[in-house]
Amino acid sequence: MSILILAEHNNVAITPATLSTITAALQIESQDLHLCVLGSACEAVAKNACDVQGVAKVLIGTEAALEHPLAETYTEVLKSIAKNYTHILAPATTFGKNILPRLAAQLDVGQLSDIISVESPTTFKRPIYAGNGIATVESTDPIKLMTVRATAFDKAADNGGNAALETLTIPTLPTLSSFVSVQENKSDRPELTAARVVISGGRGLQNGENFKMLEALADHLGGAIGASRAAVDAGYVPNDYQVGQTGKVVAPDLYIAIGISGAIQHLAGMKDSKIIVAINNDEDAPIFQIADYGLVGDLFEVLPELTKSLANAKQSA
Amino acid sequence: MKALVCVKRVLDYNIKARVKSDESGIDLSNVKMSINPFDEIAVEEAVRLKEAGTINEIVIAAIGEPSSQEVIRASLALGGDRGVLVQTSDEIQPLAAAKIFKALVDKESPDLVFLGKQAIDDDCNQTGQMLASLLNWSQGTFASKIEVTSKAATVTREIDGGLETISCTLPTVLTTDLRLNTPRYPKLPNIMKAKQKPLETLTVDDLGVEVKASQRTLKVCEPPVRKGGQKVKDVQELINCLRNDAKVI
Repeated sequence: MSILILAEHNNVAITPATLSTITAALQIESQDLHLCVLGSACEAVAKNACDVQGVAKVLIGTEAALEHPLAETYTEVLKSIAKNYTHILAPATTFGKNILPRLAAQLDVGQLSDIISVESPTTFKRPIYAGNGIATVESTDPIKLMTVRATAFDKAADNGGNAALETLTIPTLPTLSSFVSVQENKSDRPELTAARVVISGGRGLQNGENFKMLEALADHLGGAIGASRAAVDAGYVPNDYQVGQTGKVVAPDLYIAIGISGAIQHLAGMKDSKIIVAINNDEDAPIFQIADYGLVGDLFEVLPELTKSLANAKQSA
Repeated sequence: MKALVCVKRVLDYNIKARVKSDESGIDLSNVKMSINPFDEIAVEEAVRLKEAGTINEIVIAAIGEPSSQEVIRASLALGGDRGVLVQTSDEIQPLAAAKIFKALVDKESPDLVFLGKQAIDDDCNQTGQMLASLLNWSQGTFASKIEVTSKAATVTREIDGGLETISCTLPTVLTTDLRLNTPRYPKLPNIMKAKQKPLETLTVDDLGVEVKASQRTLKVCEPPVRKGGQKVKDVQELINCLRNDAKVI
């Protein structure tokens, strides 16, 4: 049994979600795990990836046309090596979700989305209906393709490994689509899905300006900022802040939901957090049913007080 | 230009899914079913492109029991021109759905195919990508903005780090994200008119597609129940709890 993982990277390092995918793969089979790094100038990424524990081989494919991860070109490369593997995994990020189903159809096999547990090399658990059901699914496909929910697996150690590095021969690539531009939302804060603390705001914040109140709190706790769909739809914050069934799934040590009522679609994205705090002026808000600590109150009074108390505590400590 | 829009009938998004007591699946008896919200956005986008003069015909397609006619009629009320139901009572997994839609594409020859990025029942997020793959067409997934010219569609995609714009050569398969548009409410006269629009029913055999299921759901369980904790009376108590009990700050 050999397993292939499609690595997601930012031309510097492979992403934390990829490290979690490696852990999932090691639970299936730990002998012959290959990591595929594609891009245009990703030699350093591939070299560093050789240090990840558990990886036997890093396959690097570089070509100008692979600079941006287009599903059509990446699929073509993966298709050329797919038959060597029993399982092909990718992180369940917008990167993996875009590419892997395209590869599956080329191979005439199904795909399992968002697996959260490895039961056996053929059986896996995955959430359905916004996480209101956990399905145990058995795949009979000759090559099993799946995307991995990063929050369900620890990150593999990115040092101490000793993988071999091998260069892939790139087949002729299709030109069906082309990259135009990317608008990245840069932030000095920790990445939302990797943060230890997440502070999320909802419609209760009333406007984008008020979201800045969350930043002061996030600064004190070293947290990332998230949002409910309502807040994103209203234009308070960009789309990549969204936590939920169709946005990002997070599982930090501490999740603070502020002015969020707790629609099932939002809960699907955060209910695996270790500790959940809810601050809302509606004592019947559904978020309180799953919060470890609920504070009923006006967030415009509570939030400054909370930030100030934490600041004072830090000074006196 | 012609558009095909693929829609699915699912448990209404406002209703909490309940696991059956024998763990065989989700209980769908006597619950409200609706069009998958992402698919409704796909229909709306096609209708807007028709109103703008880019598209001249919109075909709505669904796979499933006769009850799926409801979601086709709902899409026709939004502005679709005619419908096709591929009738089956089998469980249709994403690859099989993609094969059925491919057969419809071969029959209808659309320039654009729209689907929701994911169905809110199985949460797979696969069918559009698989359909593009089988057709060997370009794909523009998770679209939050679409501009169509005679040769290509420029698609802004919602990705984890922000927004990415790509150009997809036509014909193409596009999957829609939440912020692409806000679907209109159908007007009563349009709901009445939709009842008169053509709706063809086909079988999987008519299309010559072999439906196989390579995945078997062994059981569906409740997720671990998260118990609500306590209410705290003020900020100070909250900080004490987080510091001394939960030890997270």
